[in-house]
Amino acid sequence: MTDDIVVTGLGATTPLGGDVASTWAAMLAGRSGVSVLTQDWAAQLPVRIAGQLAVQPTEVIDRVQARRMDISEQVAVVAAREAWADSGLAEAGIELERLGVVLGTGIGGANTLLAQDDILEASGPRRVSPHTIPMLMPNGPAAWVGLELHARAGVHSPASACATGAESIAWALWMLRAGRADVVVAGGTESVIHPLPLAGFAAMRAMSTRNDEPEKASRPFDKARDGFVLGEGAGVIVLERAEHARARGARIYARLAGAGMTSDGYDIVQPQPQGEGAVRAIAEALRDSGLAPSDIVHVNAHATSTPVGDIAEIVSLRRAIGGHPVITATKSMTGHLLGAAGAVESIVTILAVHHGVIPPTINLDDPDDAVDLDVVTNKPRYMEIPAALNNSFGFGGHNAALIFTRA
Amino acid sequence: MTRDEITAGLAEILEEVAGVSPDDVADDKSFTEDLDVDSLSMVEVVVAAEEKFDVKIPDEEVQNLRTVGDAVDYIAKAQS
Repeated sequence: MTDDIVVTGLGATTPLGGDVASTWAAMLAGRSGVSVLTQDWAAQLPVRIAGQLAVQPTEVIDRVQARRMDISEQVAVVAAREAWADSGLAEAGIELERLGVVLGTGIGGANTLLAQDDILEASGPRRVSPHTIPMLMPNGPAAWVGLELHARAGVHSPASACATGAESIAWALWMLRAGRADVVVAGGTESVIHPLPLAGFAAMRAMSTRNDEPEKASRPFDKARDGFVLGEGAGVIVLERAEHARARGARIYARLAGAGMTSDGYDIVQPQPQGEGAVRAIAEALRDSGLAPSDIVHVNAHATSTPVGDIAEIVSLRRAIGGHPVITATKSMTGHLLGAAGAVESIVTILAVHHGVIPPTINLDDPDDAVDLDVVTNKPRYMEIPAALNNSFGFGGHNAALIFTRA
Repeated sequence: MTRDEITAGLAEILEEVAGVSPDDVADDKSFTEDLDVDSLSMVEVVVAAEEKFDVKIPDEEVQNLRTVGDAVDYIAKAQS
């Protein structure tokens, strides 16, 4: 068996669309998925905007099944179903003992935890739902996806805050290389648009408060950026041994050429000022891929629109790769999907490699003086992309770098 | 409440909680074997029934309520 691992299926549900096609089309059109929170509870919050799902999962999932699932589990299943159908594996068939799942969440079933706590306070313990624990456990989304697909090689759920989606894909790569599976369904999920997580992030002064201009609030690399915008959704990809995919004549989007993961060991939430951990993650992904910095022509940046983080990433990209890659920051359109971000942005990176087109960074009207790299703005850029990098960083000092190459 | 009213009320709960068609709800049907109500959903059914019929169904009684008829009988007796 070789270490050649390819991507054969994609699935997503995001603030831009209920599937990959609509999300991708919205990105190429440079649309924002950020809108005003009209719920009653939002009025008291300092942050009253978010990237809310374009299509509610309950429009897709059977009602009785949906009421046993936290929304973070529902969106994971929606994305996984799409990716699975897209891969053609449902028709081709797969030995279930050779099928794995690696899918994480940054926060997990917060909506369930908080809703059930309301019930506990109001009506007492007997009224608490017996589904509470499987709905709030952080491995719940991966477990539901594993259950849907009857995966038996192992179901795993890494947790590394906003690096979760990317780390899940990296762990899936290693699960395949270790010979534990022929196919791994990998990704990330998040849905915590609720006053408590919003208040918590806002208390950290990490969020944009551009409440009167929601579509302009997420503006990575722009001088007027003032924090990230919370988004929700899920991204799932099907990773497969290349020989397994070729033997069944599968459509191959791209190769997952390599991955790098490091930890800062520096601060619980602040990145190292010189982006040392990110530099080492990118270097590790390059070494793992057998590529040189000059091979990377495109980067889908983590760039969350925070004053400090965006610049730290630019510094680390310069140090790890150089000044040549063409950058985009698609959180400008989706908002920050936390544990799903690395997975959704991997899908965008894969499609960029596959189609030879990079979606724009919107709202970059006046670039920060420290941004001295070529960032795609306003409209998509068409170019050959033999190899591209996707970065993700998470609270806790997690750095993940994934490299996708043309199949 | 009559037995028929209790049965109809239980059918509503079973549809809401477990997606059971009201047409399938009859005295001789077993919750787990015929109606496919799993153990966690059975807990939901019991708690919802307590509320709807204003009765107490202790956990140690639940295992004796194998069929819809068992539950209707228990609720009818508890109400009287």
